[in-house]
Amino acid sequence: MADQILNKIYVKVWRQNSPKAKGRFETYTVENVSQGSSFLEMIDILNDKLILDGKDPIAFDHDCREGICGMCSMYINGHAHGPDTEVTTCQLHMRKFHEGQTIVIEPWRSAAFPVIKDLMVDRSAFEKIQQAGGYVSVNTGGVPDGNTILIRQEDAEEAMDAAACIGCGACVATCKNSSAMLFVAAKVSQFAKLPQGKIEAKKRAKAMVAKMDELGFGNCTNTGACEMACPKSISIAHIARLNREYLTARFSD
Amino acid sequence: MSSFLSASIGRKFLMSLTGLFLVSFLCIHLTLNLFLTFDDSGDLFNQAAHFMATNPFIRVMEPLLALGFVIHIIWSGLITLDNMRARPQKYAYGDSLLSWWAPSKNMFILGALVLTFLVIHIMNFWVKMKLTGDPLLTNVTVGGVEMHNAYALVSALFRNPLYDLIYVLGGILVGLHISHGFWSAFQTIGLSNQIWISRLKTVAVTIGVVFGVGFSYIPLYFLIKF
Amino acid sequence: MSQLNSKIPAGSIAEKWSNHKAKIKVVSPANKRKLDVIVVGTGLAGASAAASLGELGYNVTAFCYQDSPRRAHSIAAQGGINAAKNYQNDNDSVYRLFYDTIKGGDYRAREANVHRLAEVSPNIIDQCVAQGVPFAREYGGLLSNRSFGGVLVSRTFYARGQTGQQLLLGAYSALNRQIHEGTVKMYTRHEMMDVVIVDGKARGVIVRDMVTGEIKRFGAHAVVLATGGYGNVFFLSTNAMGCNASASWVAYKKGAFFANPCFVQIHPTCIPVHGSQQSKLTLMSESLRNDGRVWVPKKKEDAVKLQKGEIGPNDIADEDRDFYLERRYPSYGNLVPRDVASRAAKERCDAGFGVNREGMAVFLDFKYAIQRLGRDTIAKRYGNLFQMYEKITDTDPYKEPMQIYPAIHYTMGGTWVDYNLMTTVPGLYSLGEANFSDHGANRLGASALMQGLADGYFVLPYTIGDYLGNEIMTPRIQTTLPEFEEAEKGVVAKLEKLFNIKGKTPVDHFHKRLGTIMWDHVGMSRNEAGLKQAIEEIRQLREQFYSDLLVPGELKNVNPELEKASRVADFLELGELLARDALNRKESCGGHFREESATEEGEAKRDDENFAYVSAWEYKGINEEPVLHKEELVFETIALTQRSYK
Repeated sequence: MADQILNKIYVKVWRQNSPKAKGRFETYTVENVSQGSSFLEMIDILNDKLILDGKDPIAFDHDCREGICGMCSMYINGHAHGPDTEVTTCQLHMRKFHEGQTIVIEPWRSAAFPVIKDLMVDRSAFEKIQQAGGYVSVNTGGVPDGNTILIRQEDAEEAMDAAACIGCGACVATCKNSSAMLFVAAKVSQFAKLPQGKIEAKKRAKAMVAKMDELGFGNCTNTGACEMACPKSISIAHIARLNREYLTARFSD
Repeated sequence: MSSFLSASIGRKFLMSLTGLFLVSFLCIHLTLNLFLTFDDSGDLFNQAAHFMATNPFIRVMEPLLALGFVIHIIWSGLITLDNMRARPQKYAYGDSLLSWWAPSKNMFILGALVLTFLVIHIMNFWVKMKLTGDPLLTNVTVGGVEMHNAYALVSALFRNPLYDLIYVLGGILVGLHISHGFWSAFQTIGLSNQIWISRLKTVAVTIGVVFGVGFSYIPLYFLIKF
Repeated sequence: MSQLNSKIPAGSIAEKWSNHKAKIKVVSPANKRKLDVIVVGTGLAGASAAASLGELGYNVTAFCYQDSPRRAHSIAAQGGINAAKNYQNDNDSVYRLFYDTIKGGDYRAREANVHRLAEVSPNIIDQCVAQGVPFAREYGGLLSNRSFGGVLVSRTFYARGQTGQQLLLGAYSALNRQIHEGTVKMYTRHEMMDVVIVDGKARGVIVRDMVTGEIKRFGAHAVVLATGGYGNVFFLSTNAMGCNASASWVAYKKGAFFANPCFVQIHPTCIPVHGSQQSKLTLMSESLRNDGRVWVPKKKEDAVKLQKGEIGPNDIADEDRDFYLERRYPSYGNLVPRDVASRAAKERCDAGFGVNREGMAVFLDFKYAIQRLGRDTIAKRYGNLFQMYEKITDTDPYKEPMQIYPAIHYTMGGTWVDYNLMTTVPGLYSLGEANFSDHGANRLGASALMQGLADGYFVLPYTIGDYLGNEIMTPRIQTTLPEFEEAEKGVVAKLEKLFNIKGKTPVDHFHKRLGTIMWDHVGMSRNEAGLKQAIEEIRQLREQFYSDLLVPGELKNVNPELEKASRVADFLELGELLARDALNRKESCGGHFREESATEEGEAKRDDENFAYVSAWEYKGINEEPVLHKEELVFETIALTQRSYK
């Protein structure tokens, strides 16, 4: 528990004023950071210093700071969400870094996630994929009692494994091809495991994959990097299920 | 159907099917080639080669095999181009999650190198046997049947250490390519799940090692023996 | 004198909602198409409302400040959602949920609203199941339940420790479906800056596009605020960094009364503050108190050694541990309501028994549960929470007890609404945590999710028809109206003013100072002198803010500092109202504890004779005293008694 103080670290960060502007790296020093601080608190300290120095602070996405909203998105020293496992950037702590270290921070890089400013990217492509079919078509009201739909515990658990996706985009950021397969698989797989979702399973798989393809993501090479980077450890077994769902849907046309 | 073959999963499906088809060919190919090392007179290998060259089923499969290669190669190019477009700006720091040599990360490069090897290999044998002929390629009679002395061609080539090196490398490259490609194909077809992923990965690595060691063993056998 | 008409329907408590629904107006499908509704915020309440209204056929425009509706802070709710299903055969019922909520809220909630909440609660579970929310299941395939603080039955439905996430994703999927259908138009990264009132009715909003900095106008026949609570007035809270009260605050300034601002919930189980660089606090779900036992050392010398780091918790023998909740409240034990648990922790720490370096933490120990149930069972129930705890603190809770301390979590107060969820401004609605209606002075665990979804799925879609039924002849609202012009000018002026101060102090410094004032004087324990001092200090801070604020960057670009400055400007006013309300309420009830009103044992003492009312504040201008309106709370069904969890 006794956290040390990092007297000095170097932060090399991508600066880009607007989507069209040309970006560049800038290196800053940050002093007196407790290793018990979160990574984003370190950025807060840096930003405070930048503002006081009359400079523009680094724009970055963040919100809940407890690893569930999926807003934070930094590519730190070659890792989406930094050098720790099963965490988002906001859950990364400075105890993963050492005195005098240079930390390189880049935005998610993908044609489908254009940079808005500095480390903020536009992930609305994920919205469009979800809108294409990531739902069960039921209106409010008129649904049966919850207990009339029996679900095997194992199926509910597996659906929950997939549903844990926070939509942060670390999978896309990490994938060498910038593929969104893990994200799409998580959604398709969640519904495929549940009786409520089975009814529209074929339509859903086709619609979501078609939308994904349209938006400029790359293809899946099954490297498994996505599941290693995923803060919620979503397994690529769900990608196999997505493939199965999609192929059966296509072949039953 | 055209939309299926241009969809991401459709294209990968095609890659998987052709890949698995090519693996099945390699199984037969390796088995037959290992005959080279079982019988130093060359009769066994020559018989096997003759059987393959005259068997109607194999004759039918030959163009299909070529087609499999062509599709596998063309689609890999299409997919790779697409993947490059998906990340126009690369990371400055790179990716430190997977090691640089991980086959899964290098399938296109491995594939391209295997292709290069394949061209050399075809020039060395297939072209000579089927098209141009070669002074070494005399006819022999084994068990009363007249056939090409393919064994002579092979054993002569493998006395050259440079070719041995190329063939050892070729074997390793094929092994690496398959050590990812095999399980990846099942994953893409959808024949995988939480339990089978690790099993398939083990099988893939095993097959990769068998191909790598098996294909490398043949030139090394000749190098050491002769 | 009261301008407050709560519109509580007549009839017995169980019949009020049915009676009301039977009498209110319904808009025909053909007319719904002609009516526009704006929904601000896309958490549980906002997303469910926008989706349901879209399904009904209204033209909905929805806004959120995040880059996706799914990121609203409802997503962070961990433990579960209550519903009176009685699936466990433990004698639960609508009435019991109603009773527990009224009692848990320390008799400061409106009976009729709470009963309606309990009535629709089973429908929420059904709805969520139908949407594909993967609730926990028993081996036989039926839904599973767990128990929660402040109640004696198991009525909490859950999806691991991510119930809020799963429910929000359910509502989000329904919302996505409507976006796909074209009935909802969604604007992400847009922040509401003002509400536009035309002829006394809410007719639109002014928003800022957070990417381009552009100020935009949107008109509608009704405006729905589902913008969450104001916990971030304390700077450190379990809220997300972006959570803010600005939508409710501009509504307040435009005539929507603000009710019970002093009712703030302090959650007992949060990870303690680690230092001055802390930016937010992380909650550890209340469900942990099902299996964890809360304790501090019995002997002061052990506590001192713990504070110095000389010994660890496992060095203290069982007989030297003070399980103070079990000691003080034998019948509820570790499952007392949040306000009680929080104050008990503070009492022990103030007495010098705190267990971390700062002496501001108590232990939550799973040793006993692991002995009883095995590590695997505990891992299955709380694995993700344990993992989260370890990542933050670098301590393994399977081996060493968690350290916890209370933190600001939820605000029961909010915009005053009538039974229809309409504010005092006609056509302006407030849903979920943003309104004040259902939780009284203290919210029970797993009830926030229930209320947000009840409002959005099953209340507003009915009650809004009663208002819109009178609007069918009103044509599309033109945003060229002078009222829109003026509102936009006001927004631009506010932002330019903040931007042009060009002082020396970044906005976070002000926010932290405000937080310190609030926590010290308007936190878990309040007294008259402290509250008066807080009001004075907030005023001074506000003056400094407007003379010394430094906002960098550009007005017309992404500018998080500008966004924060605008929100903190509102918090600096809201904080004062909160303190003022706390000063006015000279009783202790729920989360509001006035030192002047306590029993000899230090328990909260309510004063029903003088304070059984909702305080609704009316804005009268900056630096003017707001006017207090009282909505008397009438308890027809439940007799008022002093709460006891002993």
